[in-house]
Amino acid sequence: MSQAHTQEGGDDILSIQELKLKFHTYAGEVSALDGIKLSIKKGELLGLVGESGCGKSVTALAIAGLLPPNAEVTGGDVVLDGKNVLALKPEEMRLARLKDIAMIFQDPMTYLNPVLTIGSQMAEITRAEPKLFVSTLVNYRLRQIDKQVEGTNPNPGLPAERERLRHALESQSLGRKELNELTRSYAISLLRSVRLPEPEKVFEMYPFELSGGMRQRVMIAMAMMRRPKLLLADEITTALDVTVQAQILHLLKDLRSEINTSVLLITHDLAIVAEVCDRVAVMYAGNIVEIAEVHELFRNPLHPYSKGLLASVPRADLTRTPDSIEGSVPDLLSPPSGCRFHPRCPKAFEVCPSRKPSMIEVAPDHYVSCFLYGGLNGKNNNT
Amino acid sequence: MSHEMKQPEKNPAKSRRQHSDLRFALHLLRQNPIVMAGLVISVATVVLALLSNLLVNGAYWHQQNLTLRLCWNNPAFGWPVTNLFNCGGQVYPLGTDAYGRSLLQMIILAIPIDLQIALEVVASAVVIGVVFGSLAAYMGGLIDEVILRITDIFLAVPWILLAIVLIVVLGRSLTTLTLAIIITWWPWYVRLMRSQVIGEKEKLYVERLKMMGAGWPRILFLHVIPNSIYPILVQSTLDIGSVILTVSALTFIGLTPNPLLPELGNLSNQGIEYFFTAPWLIIFPGLTILIISLGFNLLGDGIRDIFDPRLRR
Amino acid sequence: MERTTILETKGLAKWYPTRGGPLSEKMYLRAVDGVTLSIRKGETLGLVGESGCGKTTFGRTIMRLTEPSSGSIVFDGEEISKLHGRGLKHVRRRMQMVFQDPYASLDPRQSVRSTLLEPMRIHNVVSSKAEAERLAEDLIEKVGLNQDHLSRFPHEFSGGQRQRITIAAALAVKPTFMVLDEPTSSLDVSVQAQILRLLKKLQEEFELTYLFISHNMAVIRQVCDRIAVMYLGRMVELADTKTLFENPKHPYTKALLTSVPTPDPTRRKELAVLEGDVPSAVGIPVGCRFRSRCAFAAEKCGVSPPLVEVEKNHWIECHYDIDFDSHAQLELGQGS
Repeated sequence: MSQAHTQEGGDDILSIQELKLKFHTYAGEVSALDGIKLSIKKGELLGLVGESGCGKSVTALAIAGLLPPNAEVTGGDVVLDGKNVLALKPEEMRLARLKDIAMIFQDPMTYLNPVLTIGSQMAEITRAEPKLFVSTLVNYRLRQIDKQVEGTNPNPGLPAERERLRHALESQSLGRKELNELTRSYAISLLRSVRLPEPEKVFEMYPFELSGGMRQRVMIAMAMMRRPKLLLADEITTALDVTVQAQILHLLKDLRSEINTSVLLITHDLAIVAEVCDRVAVMYAGNIVEIAEVHELFRNPLHPYSKGLLASVPRADLTRTPDSIEGSVPDLLSPPSGCRFHPRCPKAFEVCPSRKPSMIEVAPDHYVSCFLYGGLNGKNNNT
Repeated sequence: MSHEMKQPEKNPAKSRRQHSDLRFALHLLRQNPIVMAGLVISVATVVLALLSNLLVNGAYWHQQNLTLRLCWNNPAFGWPVTNLFNCGGQVYPLGTDAYGRSLLQMIILAIPIDLQIALEVVASAVVIGVVFGSLAAYMGGLIDEVILRITDIFLAVPWILLAIVLIVVLGRSLTTLTLAIIITWWPWYVRLMRSQVIGEKEKLYVERLKMMGAGWPRILFLHVIPNSIYPILVQSTLDIGSVILTVSALTFIGLTPNPLLPELGNLSNQGIEYFFTAPWLIIFPGLTILIISLGFNLLGDGIRDIFDPRLRR
Repeated sequence: MERTTILETKGLAKWYPTRGGPLSEKMYLRAVDGVTLSIRKGETLGLVGESGCGKTTFGRTIMRLTEPSSGSIVFDGEEISKLHGRGLKHVRRRMQMVFQDPYASLDPRQSVRSTLLEPMRIHNVVSSKAEAERLAEDLIEKVGLNQDHLSRFPHEFSGGQRQRITIAAALAVKPTFMVLDEPTSSLDVSVQAQILRLLKKLQEEFELTYLFISHNMAVIRQVCDRIAVMYLGRMVELADTKTLFENPKHPYTKALLTSVPTPDPTRRKELAVLEGDVPSAVGIPVGCRFRSRCAFAAEKCGVSPPLVEVEKNHWIECHYDIDFDSHAQLELGQGS
């Protein structure tokens, strides 16, 4: 697999600016996101890594417009392919979720409807808004027909079908029966592409008949069906065995290059990040503390938290006692003042509790949010 | 970047907040006006019940003044009723009942009686429910089957028939009334406790205790029951109102020991009879039942809302 | 120092009956299907495998949280597989377990103090209340918390802290052997290291023997002296840690090790070597149970493989000695 994936177009598919978010709970207000700044380029696989409670899942939910009712965005923008997601009306957001953003979660069993077959759940996607899928479905079938026509013994009805489909493509509409058939063959081909054995059978199966790894592949297939611009993957391999995890990660990389989707991979596992990501963003207590290209981050972590995190990861390839970071993750009901990491930071000094450091570009494409590297006077100075 | 544990882990925010569990609960209470209302009403009801003998002469309900029956003379408002009797001299704020007694005083006398029955019923049901429900769930097997079947039998019989039969056989008195309601009420509590314990006994801390060598009595009585009892307590608060309604229903259909007894059901019974001539007689006792039920209901709901999410954490 | 065996199992099996279909033959879920191993006093033996391999069931069975279907468990020279009641309670004092989920391991209504005092009371470890209190204070500090935590309740603590509390409670009865079932899997990475270090320190101080169960190869490597790899209810490889990681001999172990991602982007590799998912433990086919996924499966694998000592203290359950680089397969004869 290539080390660095060439990105088509240098544009950002996603740009989050100063996003602030809080939750209203019985116990008080939880400051979940404290002004985060994040961007993903087209075709890029960005890893968002952090420990529990740091806000990485919340970020994904904010992008997908799936925040719970007690969440309140108090500032900032989320711009997806030029559109401000936060400003969208519910109907527009629904369409965006259908076509532009796809999200895969940790536990596929709870996110798949247990009483519907895999096939019906996949069909639901195109049935929801057929107009959005006409091109995809028709083009897929046309490619299939072309292949069959060139092959041996082509079905005589094919040219007629091809005409019908071209007509449908022009008019951007499909009959119901046609829609169902095309959806079925497209869905099965996707199930095959995620390396599920006997995809036709899987199409008719219920979620409980599949193993965890298979269900997760189904989720990926359902996401890929929409050919989204951005794929949000939230701890998708955490519940899986390591051998299955390896397969899923491999699959993700392959699919990413086939469809040129951008991926936001959320995980707490730095090893996964090292294996598949192009760039990495490290999150702590509602803030993004460091963003860098993956090799750069592992070679030269700047933020004390990143350093601590890297040092505490146990390695299967070395015998080295991992270090730990003192203390524990703060309670976001009353987070620490200034830089939220300062109570646990070995390098904290006077200014740290008083102000929040801003994100500074310390090296090309390597950003840190830490006073050690500048930002004291708003200037960038290397200490 | 290697650090030994210089200082133990502390979470200052958490310890501050926990310093008083009660204070925290009260704080949440203040934020929730509906629960507050429920609490106020419930407390007021209990206080009124306790003070009733101070406010009204305990023997008042024996006195009848048939010349003043069904009269109304509260100057604040009147009723669009024909042939409205006037009570003459002394003001009766809520009018009089069919026996010429002040309705207000009757209601005040009725509250402790109804409340007492409700508390007795609920307390008995809780005790029976906890004992048999937890035994059934924890022991399983034959004991569980036997208790379940008995519970089912009682649930299969329509409660009102059961209550009627019991009172007719045992005679009419407040005691038999209470007993009759207890008999119809306990099955739900057994079921509820049983389902709680079935869930609780599978929890990891129970397994850890077994691993530790704890015997079943210790696990059941010191750990499982205290952790399972919470929904029962909530249900019992909610049920106080329901029991009062049940008592009223039973006395309403005539199972009262004495039609003169100050009891909300009795008063409502009179009220129905004289609905067109003295509407206050059904409205005020009815409102009282409503408010008391509502008060305890809201309180129970509120307790559940406030404490459950924290317990779930 | 003479090392003796503290716990030994012979052919230990735990089968769970599943509801049979219209066929009369009863099907069993063979969670643990004949495991023979011995744990030496003072060591940390790692038990590693993926979901369904039976490692957790094995841990629970030797702790007698469930009765074995067959086989023997000898703890400190005593056969405990059939013990009940008082006899078992006596044994429980010497063996303790730490569970995976620190959030569910503690009774939410019990204070920390009570949690620590309870085991003492159950086993009559101390003679007076004052002594119990002193022991509790001592224990809580040994696990890295402090004395005013004793009056607090579980919900006020983080996952890592709660795990410390369960460890302290386990130590309250002065056990000699502890089963640690994924003790850090539910914790954040930065806390994980703290707990592992604590366990190591306590092992030295209290002279404990550990059985460390985990699915995380990286953690296992840090903590264990020897490692047993399990697959579908059987132990497929047993070796010293260094040997296992540097020279694994069983194809499953090799596949497991190559599937583990490393936190080093310069060492990206083709991760996926193993096709398919872990098969079900119901209706396990005859012969080597890894056969369906093994890249080196041959005809002989239709017969159950023996447990063979391929080199000193390195056992595998396989018909072949495989060189993974050259793919040369050497058939293992009877007796090494």
